[in-house]
Amino acid sequence: MDRKITIPVKIKIQNKDFDVSEETKILRENQTGAIVNFVGVVRGFDERNNSLIDAMTLEHYPGMTELEIEKIVKESCERWNITGVTVIHRVGKLLPSDQIVFVGVSAKHRQNAFDSCNFIMDWLKTKAPFWKVEEDNNQKKWVNYNLSDDEATKKWVV
Amino acid sequence: MVIKYFSWIKEHIGKSEEFIELPDNVKNISELINYLNNLNDNYKKVFIKKDLIKIAVNRTYCSVETKISNNDEIAFFPPVTGG
Repeated sequence: MDRKITIPVKIKIQNKDFDVSEETKILRENQTGAIVNFVGVVRGFDERNNSLIDAMTLEHYPGMTELEIEKIVKESCERWNITGVTVIHRVGKLLPSDQIVFVGVSAKHRQNAFDSCNFIMDWLKTKAPFWKVEEDNNQKKWVNYNLSDDEATKKWVV
Repeated sequence: MVIKYFSWIKEHIGKSEEFIELPDNVKNISELINYLNNLNDNYKKVFIKKDLIKIAVNRTYCSVETKISNNDEIAFFPPVTGG
């Protein structure tokens, strides 16, 4: 696990929004033939509780968050032939339809970019220390973790 | 040692972090939890939900058996919900 990452990797935890076309442009500067971007968005509706969401606030564990994402990216670099990775995760207060997370992966060929992006997102959801609290009519509620997120990581076990 | 709390655990305990001098008989996370539980009921109410608590030592996931020392940064938090 001590092997160094040799491709360009950008990991950012930030309050401000991100620009997908700017991030794609950065990934395009690598020796690449394919880019897969994932963008997570705040849903204005809580499907599990059948209620509307007015806003959502994300907190994280500074220091550990970056380390965990780095580990996931490193693992991804070892499993797939990819040429660049960008992970941006927002924290603070967000509103429905706001962008929360960006995972962009470039590769020479598309399948590596698809699989690596999927892998990073699945593990980020179960390992990176972020927590969401939803607001509905001024009531705050910490979001419960989703067992299906754990299930999603099982497909990557070799 | 510094102990950090996040999400609803932070709210139940009433602080986001605290500094404690580790007693000599506390050698691992399990013993630390016992020690905290004896401080007041807020800790008990949190740590009784042990299946919902993740632990990190020096920013790395670990278990209740993990050995600890006074220089460590410990964190207790619920399963993560980012992305």
